[in-house]
Amino acid sequence: MKLWMSMCYDFTGLHECLATSWFGLVFIGLGGFYDVIGLETVNLIWQHWTPCCVQCTPFILQVRMDRKQDCVKLSVQPSRGLMDEKFIVLVQNVPPCCALTVRAFNQCDKGNKWEAYGHYTADATGTMNVAEDFSLGGTYSGIEPMGLLWSLRPVQGSKLGQRLVKKNTQTPMEVTISVYQGHQTEGFMNQVPLACAVVERWYTTPGVRRIPITEEGLDAVLFLPPGPGRFPGVLDLWGAGTIFVEYRSAMLASHGFASLTLNYLKPKVTLETGKMVDNEYFERAYTFLQKHPAVLSDRIAMLGNCFGSNLIVKMACYFEVVKLRCAVCINATHVQPVGGTLEDTVNHLQDRRSKAYLNEEEQVIWRGLLLPIMTDPSTKLDMGRLQCPLLLVVGEDDQNMPSYESAMDMQKMMEQAGNSHLLTVLSYPNTGHVIEPPYMPHTRASGFRVPKTNEIYMTLWGGETVAHCHAQEDAWKNILAFLREHLFTDRKIVSHL
Amino acid sequence: MSQAAAPPVLCDTPPVLCVAPSRALVDEKIAVLVENLPPGSLVTVRSLHHSDDQDDWEAYAHYVSDHRGVVSVSEDMSFGGTYSGVEPMGLLWSLRPVPGSRTGLRLRKKNVCTPLLFHISVHGGHEGFRERPPLASALIERWYVAPGVQRIDVRERGVRGTLFLPPGPGPFPGVLDMWGGGGGLHEYRAALLACHGYVALALEYFKPGELKSTDLEYSYFETAFNLIQEHPRVMADRVGILGLSLGSSLALSLAAESKTVQPRACICIGSNHCSGRSLSGSPMVLITNPEGMRVDENNHHIWRDMALSILEDESKLVDVGKISCPLMVVNGADDQNWPSTEMADDITRRMRAAGKEHLLTRLEYPDAGHLIEPPFSPHFRATNFMVQGRQKVILLWGGQTKPHSDAQEDSWRKILSFLQQHLYGNQCPKAKL
Repeated sequence: MKLWMSMCYDFTGLHECLATSWFGLVFIGLGGFYDVIGLETVNLIWQHWTPCCVQCTPFILQVRMDRKQDCVKLSVQPSRGLMDEKFIVLVQNVPPCCALTVRAFNQCDKGNKWEAYGHYTADATGTMNVAEDFSLGGTYSGIEPMGLLWSLRPVQGSKLGQRLVKKNTQTPMEVTISVYQGHQTEGFMNQVPLACAVVERWYTTPGVRRIPITEEGLDAVLFLPPGPGRFPGVLDLWGAGTIFVEYRSAMLASHGFASLTLNYLKPKVTLETGKMVDNEYFERAYTFLQKHPAVLSDRIAMLGNCFGSNLIVKMACYFEVVKLRCAVCINATHVQPVGGTLEDTVNHLQDRRSKAYLNEEEQVIWRGLLLPIMTDPSTKLDMGRLQCPLLLVVGEDDQNMPSYESAMDMQKMMEQAGNSHLLTVLSYPNTGHVIEPPYMPHTRASGFRVPKTNEIYMTLWGGETVAHCHAQEDAWKNILAFLREHLFTDRKIVSHL
Repeated sequence: MSQAAAPPVLCDTPPVLCVAPSRALVDEKIAVLVENLPPGSLVTVRSLHHSDDQDDWEAYAHYVSDHRGVVSVSEDMSFGGTYSGVEPMGLLWSLRPVPGSRTGLRLRKKNVCTPLLFHISVHGGHEGFRERPPLASALIERWYVAPGVQRIDVRERGVRGTLFLPPGPGPFPGVLDMWGGGGGLHEYRAALLACHGYVALALEYFKPGELKSTDLEYSYFETAFNLIQEHPRVMADRVGILGLSLGSSLALSLAAESKTVQPRACICIGSNHCSGRSLSGSPMVLITNPEGMRVDENNHHIWRDMALSILEDESKLVDVGKISCPLMVVNGADDQNWPSTEMADDITRRMRAAGKEHLLTRLEYPDAGHLIEPPFSPHFRATNFMVQGRQKVILLWGGQTKPHSDAQEDSWRKILSFLQQHLYGNQCPKAKL
């Protein structure tokens, strides 16, 4: 529908609206009211040519536009960035020293609405730079270049316990950044911003290939970087209790690693037979990656978090066929049955359920299930068997797993066994269980689906938002550097002095 | 550095190629980094683009990795190729048709809603690099539109063009964007202006090859300007005009002589202040006049001399002394298509005589040609051009690649800054000391 609309405003509040469209309708409003076909129709027309303002309501027609107002300039660089890239939000041409609110808005794939905002004061030249200036309050405060993303939270009235998760890695996350006058905290949907910009955040660089894998009975997705290859490979294992996601592997491929994200909790075979996968499933996944024509067979690593990282520690220590250049484990524990299958490990936790408890907010804290960590070697994996470099990323406020205690115990075991030179521990205070790639919002608690029983519990993951989000950024940087060091170079790890 | 055939880079550890940003606007810079090479290895970095017209464009440069095995295109010296020296953006501006391509090509994106795709690759060695498969490659996107920029076909009141709107409620300043004597509708510069916060109308005013037969009064351009002003998201008193070549003549005519159009600022590329109340009556028509036309050693048409006589005839020139808005005049000193230096000199003289010199910003670039385009686009010294009756010739635009590319980069930055000051800001130009 082609539409050419012209509106005139004056200062007295008398609005005259003259509009024509291809179907020849003309409507004129006087005295601030619109004698129109219907406000819904006009709103529809407005929405057509201001598609970015889909949240506009009929109220928008009654907003006065001050003709003398300078046009505010908002720019976000880069406008199309990767999910782990920083951006710069620059506001120019506002009145000097005026109060501003910068807001980020996203409607996720599930339809949930998320927002974040910061309160700022422009400088004497009428400029404000989120990357350099101080937020006086909002969903984040202080100098936080990426606060508009990591402090995203469900808008008022949303369902509790949501996590911002993007399943589709082939499309970008679209975030609308807007600037408002004054320090606002609510009602953004009913206001016209001074300016807005749309930013795309991508999980993949152009040319990254996504290949669903069903060979050898696997349920997985392979991401390959662009180019002829061959590439080092990473087997990527997520934790339990969430839907199967692939975005971390997509990001690894954007950094030059062939990455295979494996669905091991609810793969097709488990859905069909009701039986959990055996150890051989993981060996097949490893071998598939290792033998893939685009992958360098002697440059394989594993990266996992939570339950996935527990499996990685086991595989690295015990699976003969698995030969790793390195492993990265986020909030892992070595306290698990030695030998046995995935199901044995799940049962091991189930048997200790009575040690879980509720906090005042009725959120479940699971970390006690595996505590205290015994000295008895039969209760845990033998870390002395580890032969590859291991990076342990630990959130010290992990309320789901005893990650800190486990990391300390693993370190002790390796010191005793003489292989502690392989271990690097990155331990972050006030950081919770779910350590994601950077700039994703922190989820302190959310619904957790227990494997096998499928019951859902509101679970406390832990972490204090600011510290947790800073930790995510630092951890990801270190994880990438660690993987690059061990997968792209041939430098050998020497014993520590 | 010896150019003798070097052995290809053989290593177990693959080199890592990183190009950032991988998705950028066409006027944004990129950094190309190659790591994990053996130290001191000879490599060639290559850029390949397959155009919408199905032609292949290529740029390449020879590098030597440092002791860490790193090649950084932003910082390292190219030892030769389609560019040499330290040139962060050389892989884009030095693109040229691959050997064996059709002649007289020009790279212009018609569909601005999709990105330009470039394959950046690293090859072992310098000589004969094309015969070796790449060691690594990456794909990058370069966009003319930012997310949220809206494209609207305009067919209103007889005006034909494409309107680009930045995201947001506005209001925004506006720009009327006009190309030159080649005709047709070219959207890319207007799209790019919308990325920088301007409502921009790319105007079509004649079809290629139909300049003489197009019956258009200057009221067409006034209507186009008014259309921008009347848009609800435009601040009617903050609309400027940007014109190249013939478009520059139209811009100056409107600014000086129109009763209904008062641009807030004007930018003219390829200085041209020929006048005429209608397009077909414009002295521009003489460009089909063979008198005064020369050809170079390749039989490419040099038209610059044909227009020199216009400077002697007052009636054929816009009285630029009547212009009362800030004016930026951009031209290349090696312009072989139009006597833009002489014309810019004349514009300056007239404005000085009228006491308006403080409004004028003049940018003249040595060894740059006629087609000063947005930055990092390839330089075209001579391309196919359709003259009246759909006959094709090859026109010499002029310019040497490196200085012309520098001119494009420098002028675009200054054009944006000029627009920002005069269309977004409130400053009045001060009288010169």
